[in-house]
Amino acid sequence: MSESPLLSARGLSLERGGRELFTGLDFSALPGRLVLIEGENGAGKTSLLRILAGLSRYGFEGTVERPERLLFIGHQSAVKGLLTPRENLAWHSDGLADCSDEVIEQALQQVGLHGYEDVPAHTLSAGQHRRVNLARLYLPIDVSLWLLDEPFTAIDRQGVARLEDHFAQHIAAGGAIVMTSHQALRLTSGVIKFSLSKGLMP
Amino acid sequence: MKALGTATFCRRLFRRQLVLALRRPVEVANPLLFFAVVVALFPLGLGPAPDQLAQFAPGILWIIALLANLLSAESLFRSDYDDGSLEQLLLSPHPLYLSVLSYTGAHWLVTGLLLTAASPLFALMLGLPLHAVPVLCTSLLLGTGVLSLVGCIGAALTVGLKRGGMLISLIILPFYMPVLIFASSAVDNAALGLPVAPQLAVIGAMLSLAIALAPFAIAAGLRISLDA
Repeated sequence: MSESPLLSARGLSLERGGRELFTGLDFSALPGRLVLIEGENGAGKTSLLRILAGLSRYGFEGTVERPERLLFIGHQSAVKGLLTPRENLAWHSDGLADCSDEVIEQALQQVGLHGYEDVPAHTLSAGQHRRVNLARLYLPIDVSLWLLDEPFTAIDRQGVARLEDHFAQHIAAGGAIVMTSHQALRLTSGVIKFSLSKGLMP
Repeated sequence: MKALGTATFCRRLFRRQLVLALRRPVEVANPLLFFAVVVALFPLGLGPAPDQLAQFAPGILWIIALLANLLSAESLFRSDYDDGSLEQLLLSPHPLYLSVLSYTGAHWLVTGLLLTAASPLFALMLGLPLHAVPVLCTSLLLGTGVLSLVGCIGAALTVGLKRGGMLISLIILPFYMPVLIFASSAVDNAALGLPVAPQLAVIGAMLSLAIALAPFAIAAGLRISLDA
């Protein structure tokens, strides 16, 4: 396994509303690792993820090196209520995957949406909306870096367990995950905790 | 699994936007309804004398087309901004220039093209001479393309704001002026039986310029709006 990081950031500093959220942050995501960003509400986890993803391009100091292709899941589900889950995945605006119908059906089945492929997404519950979005993680796309902002929000317990298994598979295959979560991870191998106030923790 | 080609991606975005628009037929019909209602108001305000109406018809038709386009421009990126699809679009590995061009293309198809198709009816309601109708349609076909592209710039710049409605008019109306001037003058000339090629050529040039440059501005506007 090559040890060059998939994502690296140097000297990140961010100030919001006169408050210093973090300064001089160095950060890297190596293949085969899951970096769990920790911090209380308002600590700047989402801001950090948006900087890492490249959505925030101004207003912070430091440099980020990222691959061209990455998969980002933010707070908003990016699921269109007027489209069916199948259409949502097939025409997704992230432009990463060129998937056949069967592949999409399999991905939806993995997140427990079997039988909901062709109903308009606005009839689904909030948790199911999230699941449609998370189904993107099950599409066989060639993206090694995942940036996930609170992926477990509104997901039930079994769903979380299945997701964690899937994360383990992804990092075992040489991918890297950077995520935020307030829930404790059952997963331990390959997990690095990163506190916004204390830095890297073993 | 093979990566998605840019051309396929743009086609899919285009199709997605069209399907989304067609599943909300009310929003597609709104500009047309607006057009019909305002056209019906003019004879009440100006008096029903056919000669007088026919004289003002080119200007009236074009001003209403412009306002109808303005109304529809604001909501263009709104729902994609609200649900996060726009972030995903910005992160996609494809050139934003082409993806916003497919957005604009889809928008034009359900506003500009539809208005053009319906315009002969409205032209007859105002008594525009029949021989000027083809020129009206041509000018609308070219002109609404410019309006859509410029409107998208305003929409991209204001999508992050809660109430961008007034601001978007202030930003894009000045850019609508040249189109209005040349287009209504073309239809005027056509009604009088004078040559119209120069005006249509100028509108065509504006459209080419807008296609070449507006997507850059739209892309930059979206990046700024999403950065907040």
